[in-house]
Amino acid sequence: MTRQPLNVAVDTVGVATATPDEKQPWAELGLKDDEYARIRDILGRRPTQAELAMYSIMWSEHCSYKSSRVHLRQFGQKNPKTPRLLAGIGENAGVVAIDENIAVTFKVESHNHPSFVEPKQGAATGVGGIIRDIIAMGARPIAVMDSLRFGDIDHPDTARVLPGVVDGVSHYGNCVGLPNIGGETVFDPCYQGNPLVNALAVGVMPRARLQSMQASGTGNVVILLGAKTGRDGIGGVSVLASATFSEDGDEDSRPSVQVGDPFEEKLLIEVCLELFDTGLVVGVQDLGGAGLTCALSETAAAGDGGMHVDLELVPLRAKGMEPHDILASESQERMLLIVDPANVENVLARAQRWGLLATAIGEVTDSGRLVIDYHGQTVVDVPPASLADEGPVYERPFTEPNDLALIAVDRAETLPRPTTDDEIRQTVLDMAASPNLCDKTWITEQYDSSVFGNTVLGTPHDAGVLRLDERSGIGIALSLDGNSRFARLDPYVGAQLNLAEAYRNVALTGATPIAVSDCLNFGSPEDPHVMWQFERAVTGIADGCQKMGIPVTGGNVSFYNQTGREAIHPTPVIGVLGVIDDVAKRIPLGLGRTGDTIALIGTTREEFSGSEWAWATHRHLGGVPPLVDLDHEMKLADLLASLAGNEQIAAAHDLSEGGLSQALVEAIAHSGMGAQILLPEGADPFTYLFSESTGRVMVVIPRGQEQAVRASCEQRGLPITPLGVADANTDGLHLRDHFDIGREEILAAWKGRIAEKLGAQGAAG
Amino acid sequence: MARVVVDVMLKTEILDPQGEAVLGALPRLGVTDVSSVRIGRRVEIEFDENASNVEEQSRVIADKLLANPVIENFTIAVEESVETGAEHA
Repeated sequence: MTRQPLNVAVDTVGVATATPDEKQPWAELGLKDDEYARIRDILGRRPTQAELAMYSIMWSEHCSYKSSRVHLRQFGQKNPKTPRLLAGIGENAGVVAIDENIAVTFKVESHNHPSFVEPKQGAATGVGGIIRDIIAMGARPIAVMDSLRFGDIDHPDTARVLPGVVDGVSHYGNCVGLPNIGGETVFDPCYQGNPLVNALAVGVMPRARLQSMQASGTGNVVILLGAKTGRDGIGGVSVLASATFSEDGDEDSRPSVQVGDPFEEKLLIEVCLELFDTGLVVGVQDLGGAGLTCALSETAAAGDGGMHVDLELVPLRAKGMEPHDILASESQERMLLIVDPANVENVLARAQRWGLLATAIGEVTDSGRLVIDYHGQTVVDVPPASLADEGPVYERPFTEPNDLALIAVDRAETLPRPTTDDEIRQTVLDMAASPNLCDKTWITEQYDSSVFGNTVLGTPHDAGVLRLDERSGIGIALSLDGNSRFARLDPYVGAQLNLAEAYRNVALTGATPIAVSDCLNFGSPEDPHVMWQFERAVTGIADGCQKMGIPVTGGNVSFYNQTGREAIHPTPVIGVLGVIDDVAKRIPLGLGRTGDTIALIGTTREEFSGSEWAWATHRHLGGVPPLVDLDHEMKLADLLASLAGNEQIAAAHDLSEGGLSQALVEAIAHSGMGAQILLPEGADPFTYLFSESTGRVMVVIPRGQEQAVRASCEQRGLPITPLGVADANTDGLHLRDHFDIGREEILAAWKGRIAEKLGAQGAAG
Repeated sequence: MARVVVDVMLKTEILDPQGEAVLGALPRLGVTDVSSVRIGRRVEIEFDENASNVEEQSRVIADKLLANPVIENFTIAVEESVETGAEHA
């Protein structure tokens, strides 16, 4: 590219030094008085426009974690030491060893606000962004999952947001060729106006291919790979636009929305893996939020500390972009590579062969400064660590919400309950048809679940299972779960309940849980009550992971999910990764074969507070969440892995939202079998069917294995209760001495609800 | 009868993957002097003879249904020319 003569007056370091008193829009950019003063202090002068843009972005909540950092430290302090952890918090994504050769990297991230503004593109670029984090670690992405939360299903805006988000997730994932192996969809009015779109991606690599984000080796070349840079997502810094370029008067021309191109991303995956395999790159970083600003400052800060970039070399898609626009742009499908000068030709040639742009834009230096020139004039000259690592850290005040005691005594256990058999029978059907429990096929059938041919279990199983190696049969299981009602009642216990559920769901496949990634969705950190919820939830997760011996490997924090004074429920979404030695022995959902024993492991208590029943039938949320017992969860996981390994179990299902009733409905719906159930003597049918006591699983035991399974349970001190038998000749659910519900009636209640509510025409549910 | 043509285009700063794909394919045809391709869509709406507020109604249709105003712009052109021909038919 030839250098164009400079025809605009840019704010250079020289100009900044000469005009110390020039008024700058730091407040409009979200910087506080003392933060701006600190920038001047660091630089010994006023920042240039480009520098101001960079500091405002890197010191934002989104990039600096300034409100959360003091609490997130707990993860590092409490994380159990495990030789499996190859890369942890602070990297693009955590990496865990699966065996002596293979490692897996996974991470969950939010893309909440963009998905509210423009549901399809917001969700799509959320998926694209998390995939690039996986590439940046050196892995081939192999699957995605999505955890979605919307307002009430009846709210008109849900009919706008939900189909768009699902379209976006499916569009990007399907086009780039990745299976979607699970997730969740939840409706609650607290997400009206603040839908949550959390996406998880997982990748696999030979352990030796682990990549670094360090820009090291003085003289090494900085290469920008992938899409051209346009005006995507620069809404935030548009206040810096000079008069020269606002003459079109079109405010909308600086959209905060980005549109991605999954086919370009597919090429990025392939070219990056080729470059990693041939050992041609020294360091790599993806460009996501904060674009070049983030990638340049993080790689420079992680490496030898110096970098020089010629900004006019960046290939642009839009005309008239100024330095701060180029630095702030969030154009999708771009990666930054650090390459030895001897390999530059080779790298550029390989990129070209894949049809991707690759441009050398700078080099690593030993100056300790990140220096960015624009047409030969220096517009940025800063210590990179001051952007990447030394942002502001806030110890925000946090106080327990005043209403907590009131909520705690407003127990759901006192709500009126169905008493007659007919009423309970109807409740089974009503619950199966409720928005949070009904069949989600309308959503999941839009996702490709089996591309690559390694999906062993996908939706609607409790966890997705992927085969990693055809010869050894080794594989991984992944679950992504949240329950914000429990977290609203008690964020510490609620977060641990979420962790326990995700852990249990992985264990239910026969896999052993080994690592955690979390996405923490909360309201405004400036609200001390929200900050209290955050502190409690983080502490709950950190304590829980310490107890269960599985490290938190990374994740993200999304604050400001609130409209006016109404914050969303605290919503920690937890992804747990497990390893299974032989995927052929995984435990599926269902009812096994005729004559197999259906049994319940765990203890059923009268626990309805925060339950789906209390919410769906009474719109009630109060009381204290169910008891969480992490010791019990660990024993349960150990039991399930042992039963799976010995092939002593035909099917299993988690008892969570909707309790035993919903577990039976789903097992019957998915298996095509019927169930004959006899509740234990003296058991209250309502409590037994709808309680949400945790640490419970429904298991199906093949004939002849009953004694062995019972002995395994007793050996671990786990209570097991036989409930009945699976029977292909029974029509649906037969609850002896109480009622029968035919299979067709169950399916009629459970299926087709989403399409019906959204008014989607011709959509089969 | 009024015929209205609505042109919907992605806003200039929004990436157009379809246009980029066409641009990328042009050299294979031997066309090398094109710098940008943007793809939009054209919608033709025919109103009833006695329809009123045609332009206003078209604007509502375009804004609420045909275009996604978050990422797209649209223009509206009302063509009255078909009218006379229809009367003599």
